[in-house]
Amino acid sequence: MSEISLVDRIICAASAAWKDDGEILATGIGIVPRLAASLCMLTHNRDLMMTDSEAWLMQEPVPVGPRGDYVMKRESWMGFARIFDNVWSGKRHAMVGPTQIDKFGQANISMIGADYQKPKSMMLGVRGFPGNSIHHANSFFVPNHSTKVFVGGEVDMVASAGYNPARLAKGWDLSDIDIRWVLTNLAILDFGGPQHQMQVRSLHPGVSLEQVQEATGFELHVPANIAVTPDPSTEQLAILAKLDPHNLRATALG
Amino acid sequence: MANKQTSAAQVVAQIKDGMTIGIGGWGPRRKPMALVRELLRSPVKDLTVVSYGGADVGMLCAAGKVKKLIFAFVSLDFIPLEPYFRQARQSGAIEVMEIDEGMMLLGLKAAAMRSPFIPTRVGLGTDVLKRNPQLKLIDSPYDDKQWVAMPALPLDVSLIHVDRADARGVCQIKGPDVYMDEFYARAAKQCFVSCDELVDSSFFENPEEARYVLWERAQTTGVVHQPGGAHPTSCAPLYGFDVKHFKTYAASAKEAGGWEQYAAQYVHCSEAQYLELVGGLEAVHKLPLPVF
Repeated sequence: MSEISLVDRIICAASAAWKDDGEILATGIGIVPRLAASLCMLTHNRDLMMTDSEAWLMQEPVPVGPRGDYVMKRESWMGFARIFDNVWSGKRHAMVGPTQIDKFGQANISMIGADYQKPKSMMLGVRGFPGNSIHHANSFFVPNHSTKVFVGGEVDMVASAGYNPARLAKGWDLSDIDIRWVLTNLAILDFGGPQHQMQVRSLHPGVSLEQVQEATGFELHVPANIAVTPDPSTEQLAILAKLDPHNLRATALG
Repeated sequence: MANKQTSAAQVVAQIKDGMTIGIGGWGPRRKPMALVRELLRSPVKDLTVVSYGGADVGMLCAAGKVKKLIFAFVSLDFIPLEPYFRQARQSGAIEVMEIDEGMMLLGLKAAAMRSPFIPTRVGLGTDVLKRNPQLKLIDSPYDDKQWVAMPALPLDVSLIHVDRADARGVCQIKGPDVYMDEFYARAAKQCFVSCDELVDSSFFENPEEARYVLWERAQTTGVVHQPGGAHPTSCAPLYGFDVKHFKTYAASAKEAGGWEQYAAQYVHCSEAQYLELVGGLEAVHKLPLPVF
């Protein structure tokens, strides 16, 4: 059997992120999260809903890249305005790719730098991160696990709310935040440690705990047992090949 | 019976220094670019711009028209970072009100409802509140929580591009997504629409066509017939966005004096000359629809 590529391992492991979510909208921004959500909808959780990444809900996930004679199976209109209706209902779990993440799980895609009026690097803006983070579950994908992404202190612009008690408004508590998995090129982590401390769930083969800690700008919780990220199944790999017939995922880790 | 047909120049003549302008569309999709180009040709300045931003925002920033930007993102999608918007931000040239995408919709809805705010949880726990001290938390009369009171975002003028319209201001959008254009139309004192096709009112007798009309004609102030008027953004299903043109535009930002050169070529000309420069209307209609 040929060697399993890291990106396939991550996608297949990530596909379990929506396993127990029931009938909600799965959104994967970027090719790895999108393929993971698509794979989940075809294996772990057939009740998931997904869009074509444009304006329709689909009965089955749409393959990425040029689609040839593939015929899309729509089930309803789902323009951006309706996405907000869905977000606000809470029936969604998004997997997104922040530029910075801190120890609270607060995330940033807006800007980098100490001076907000004059950013060192302006990126997208907060997009829908604020609304997503206070309404529904979110997971993160980070292709290059480093202290540039997992920063010490707080992220430069908190676009996505995290488990930070200092930022709670009156009447709200940390259970109103739902950050699930953080998948990186080194490991799978979550915020299930004491007081929502970030912890390692599994390490990809050949990766050491020290390596992950060293690439993280804050202290990780180390649980008693850390698994190795599992091998994909033959079935998963076969479905993945159909979802990404042009192997666009090959360059997703940079 | 009102005939609302007008020209891009007459539309821009309604826009005064310091006004708040809403621009419909989303990123590189169905932006009223011909109207934006006409605005770029004018001496108008100090605008507050509300937009799900793409090159509309980038160009207005590059031309020094923007005093303040109300935004959630500015992006060309396949070119994720809008180069001239970045330059404006990184040089500290513009004031910003950076909010969530959904908050912007709520602000437009509030303005459309003539309500001062809409309560939401969006923004809680984030720097959107810290960076915008004008966004207030309020105690709910119905529970023990604080909620974000998203203020109305009333617009002096909104600019929207639609697939087709009649002279009375009945507008149709038939693309796969309508974005938030309905609320740009409803939040504005004056809403000016450019359309690819001007149709006779009888066109809308067919319910299959009338279904795609999202606001009443009373919300439309003026209609500009401007085929290809969204170029280089898309107006699906009529045409996709012009990848090559966007690449030229983005590359210009890397050159010293790049905006001046781009503008000299593509802005400071007539709209007819612009269409010729980008290959003519026929070429625009052949631009492939994007695959997402």
